[in-house]
Amino acid sequence: MSDSFQLDGAPICFEPGQTVMQAALAADHYIPHLCYHPEFTPHGSCKLCTVKVNGRTTASCTLPAEAGLVVESEIEELNALRRTLVQMLFAEGNHFCPSCEKSGNCVLQALGYDLEVQATGFRQLFPDRPIDASHPDILLDFNRCILCEICVHASSEVDGKNVFAFAGRGITKHLIVNSESGLLRDTDIALADKAMQVCPVGVILPKRVGFSMPIGERRYDRSPISAQALEDAPRTPSGAHHE
Amino acid sequence: MDQLILRHASDASRLLQILREMQEHFGHIPPHSISRLAAKLSIPRARIESTASFYSFLHLKPHGEYRVLFSDNITDRMSGSQSLMELMCQQLWLQPGKVSEDGLVSIGTTSCTGMCDQGPAMLVNNRAVTRLNHQRVQEIVQLIRNRTPLNDWPEDFFRVEDNIRRGGLLLDNALPPGTVLRAALELGGQRIVETVKASGLRGRGGAGFPTGLKWEACRNAQGTDHYVVCNADEGEPGTFKDRVLFSRQADMVFEGMTLCALATGAKKGFLYLRGEYRYLLEPLQTVLQRRRENNLLGANILGKSGFDFDIDIHLGAGAYICGEESALIESLEGKRGVPRNRPPFPVTHGYLQQPTVVDNVETFCLAVMAVHMGAEKFSAIGTAKSTGSKLISVSGDCQRPGIYEYPFGVSVREILKDCGAVNTAAVQVSGPSGACVGESEFDRKLGFEDLPTAGAFMVFDESRDMFEVARNYVHFFAHESCGFCTPCRVGTSILKQTMDKIAAGHGTRHDLAEIENLDHVLQSSSHCGLGRTACNPVLHTLKHFRPAYESKLKSLDFEPAFDLDGSLARARQMTGRDDAGAHLKENE
Amino acid sequence: MSEKRKLKVATTSLAGCFGCHMSILDIDERLFALLELIEFDRSPLTDIKHCGPCDIGIIEGGICNAENVHVLHEFRKNCKILIAIGACAINGGLPAQRNHLDLGSCLTEVYLTEPGLAHGHIPNDPELPLPLDKVHPLHEVVKIDYFIPGCPPSGDAIWKFLTDLIAGKTPELGHGLIKYD
Repeated sequence: MSDSFQLDGAPICFEPGQTVMQAALAADHYIPHLCYHPEFTPHGSCKLCTVKVNGRTTASCTLPAEAGLVVESEIEELNALRRTLVQMLFAEGNHFCPSCEKSGNCVLQALGYDLEVQATGFRQLFPDRPIDASHPDILLDFNRCILCEICVHASSEVDGKNVFAFAGRGITKHLIVNSESGLLRDTDIALADKAMQVCPVGVILPKRVGFSMPIGERRYDRSPISAQALEDAPRTPSGAHHE
Repeated sequence: MDQLILRHASDASRLLQILREMQEHFGHIPPHSISRLAAKLSIPRARIESTASFYSFLHLKPHGEYRVLFSDNITDRMSGSQSLMELMCQQLWLQPGKVSEDGLVSIGTTSCTGMCDQGPAMLVNNRAVTRLNHQRVQEIVQLIRNRTPLNDWPEDFFRVEDNIRRGGLLLDNALPPGTVLRAALELGGQRIVETVKASGLRGRGGAGFPTGLKWEACRNAQGTDHYVVCNADEGEPGTFKDRVLFSRQADMVFEGMTLCALATGAKKGFLYLRGEYRYLLEPLQTVLQRRRENNLLGANILGKSGFDFDIDIHLGAGAYICGEESALIESLEGKRGVPRNRPPFPVTHGYLQQPTVVDNVETFCLAVMAVHMGAEKFSAIGTAKSTGSKLISVSGDCQRPGIYEYPFGVSVREILKDCGAVNTAAVQVSGPSGACVGESEFDRKLGFEDLPTAGAFMVFDESRDMFEVARNYVHFFAHESCGFCTPCRVGTSILKQTMDKIAAGHGTRHDLAEIENLDHVLQSSSHCGLGRTACNPVLHTLKHFRPAYESKLKSLDFEPAFDLDGSLARARQMTGRDDAGAHLKENE
Repeated sequence: MSEKRKLKVATTSLAGCFGCHMSILDIDERLFALLELIEFDRSPLTDIKHCGPCDIGIIEGGICNAENVHVLHEFRKNCKILIAIGACAINGGLPAQRNHLDLGSCLTEVYLTEPGLAHGHIPNDPELPLPLDKVHPLHEVVKIDYFIPGCPPSGDAIWKFLTDLIAGKTPELGHGLIKYD
């Protein structure tokens, strides 16, 4: 019999080493998240998965599960917080959904839908982020980057290539690639890389694909992200990362 | 460059130190040298770029032979730093932040350089210049124009005063180096830990964690190596006590670290010194060398076999966030100074994931005194939950700025009297992330029971605009946010914009409401203390000085987020129009 | 029994493409039901040039020039409730993709350096509204009460939103109706 904690009143069993997020997803309980990816080390930067634990707020993806924790997630106070965080991300970058190939399959967008985010609310920062179309097969549109770090992890942890990294700090923090020219064509990225598959928004795109899926059939046209996120979660009872 | 890399044993964890030395040598870090360094250290070049671009004092592009940075703390501003910077820019025909066309000089601002009692101050190629005035700035302009090497500048420019106004336990210490360590050897590690615990000593960096408990946890933690780290990244605006401790009591700091090593079994220690205090590096290394020669560091210290410990000095490079202990450890490992997820805590998983004690400079000194005096005598000083003395860095509107040592429990009013402050409207206690204390609270006492403080004490008299004080602090937080988490990265920038909008006379009640909402988001979801406290200056000044805000607000409920008429300026310029239709009012 | 007063509604398109207005027409036959509840003041549907006091104002498109600002101010002054409809009104949309370019170099390229212009000069007729240096969403210029996202939002979304609003309920779109594209 493994230990358990409470999530919104429901008992969640967990294995040692699991975080609250990992245990919750494995037990079919959704907690909104953006930078958490089941295959990589959680780092907790987006803060969408913030929950209340014994009255204190903290990111659930990095919080080690502990017996007896009382965790609240589906409460209006936290959803209001998540709404604001999504709005901040929309205000920070240049997110023009109608002209983005990722639209309909975009996690940021889907979270906005699910949280009923109707507008940015804040002043748009409209940063100047030139795209990198230097690579013959791959396009980088930095306008949409939300600094979630998933591609950095994928490239280093799975591909063993370290194609991506972050430079700068604060609001000037931005994604860079591993080449002296600063261009993607001078890196060793390849279409088959894990890093090509994990961008939750429309930054890392294969060229010559375009708007391949008709509106209405795209992933988050079909059902809300809250109903689908569990599909990505580890299925094994131990919560071990699946490959 | 190869020599430099060899000197650091091609060790990637020394990356920041290597970059800092490259910067000192070349004036910036050229792109081709990054590729070369990457090959030598066997790490991706993107990682080097990533680290280098995190720190404000490192430049990936040429940034001028003379890199001038005016300290931009509110106390520098209050003593006229902004007009001095304008003067310098004018005389050198330069815009702030730009490099002159001949590549000679760049002028900009930097966060508080810790010279608040002798400001306005600046850094020139990372060397501190104090007590700036009109004449000194003009002399500096001449020296730069003549390309006079920094070493030939008048020595007085670089003179840093200690300004000790009130001594005590630490500042009056006259124990010969090694005294306490010798006595401690008799005690042994366990007894040292017990003494420090019983003394009630709590960390002086602000958070106030019990020092003895930390040492004990590290002592008991499993690991291949244990480490002792002294946090001298004194970046909280308005704080400069560590600088004075290094100038007066450097031996005591190192003795405290060695004591901690004895207690925890550490063989290696690091002093993480903020880049702004670069000028202290050589004097401190001299002290370390003397201690090695006197067998107070090195192998078999004081003849005790197996007691080996040595200390390395790492310099920061302009990143306030590295004062956070886990960010500091990342920085020590040669990475971006991003705070780690906790747990696990540094006492079990610190430097290189090994058990590590990170303590403030002052804490190490006090630990020496606690062991020297014994727990009972030590804990008799101060208050029940805040034992011992506290160094207070006093600056701002007073006659005698400088360092004051008090037993904990001293009231704000007492300090104000001692430093000769009159007509005081407010005191910012413990820097921007601390508390803004108004007149009605001057009887509050410094200590963990009431007003916790890391030492900053900035005084504002009735002539000051407290809104501008808060705005300066908000700019500070936006500049120093590491950018890791969404709320702090974006939130501090939005907060800055909103404060600037109010300052420009376009603010409304709607904006104040937005600040309150931002505060909630920053407090409840930021990754670390920086984001969680970034709204404090605004909330505290709003509480005590609401009219300072309201007087700047428009009576209307809503104002555009940007200057409407100004946004037509470019079109007017291009079309040559200036008719009525070529202008906009904010509201019609 | 006195008939309930019809709500006055004004609509306009600023820096937009009228796609959102087309979508309003996509309400189809439900427009008749809607017209039982509302009547249009200033709108491309009525060709009324200036709006009088209204209950609801619906604005499509962002703010790209001085005239947009005047119209937006007119709407804010006259409408109790102001709704931003569509991507452009909400975050600048397609027109805002010029925001990383300098306005001066845009005008220079379009009127002076682009080949094929006979006597190119940048127009300076006072009749023409001057462009702003950047395109802005509506909420950066006046207070906006509600937002209907989409490019354009579907007729169903608009119908749901307006009927909720007219019924005095806080409008909720829910999955399938809330769209940013």
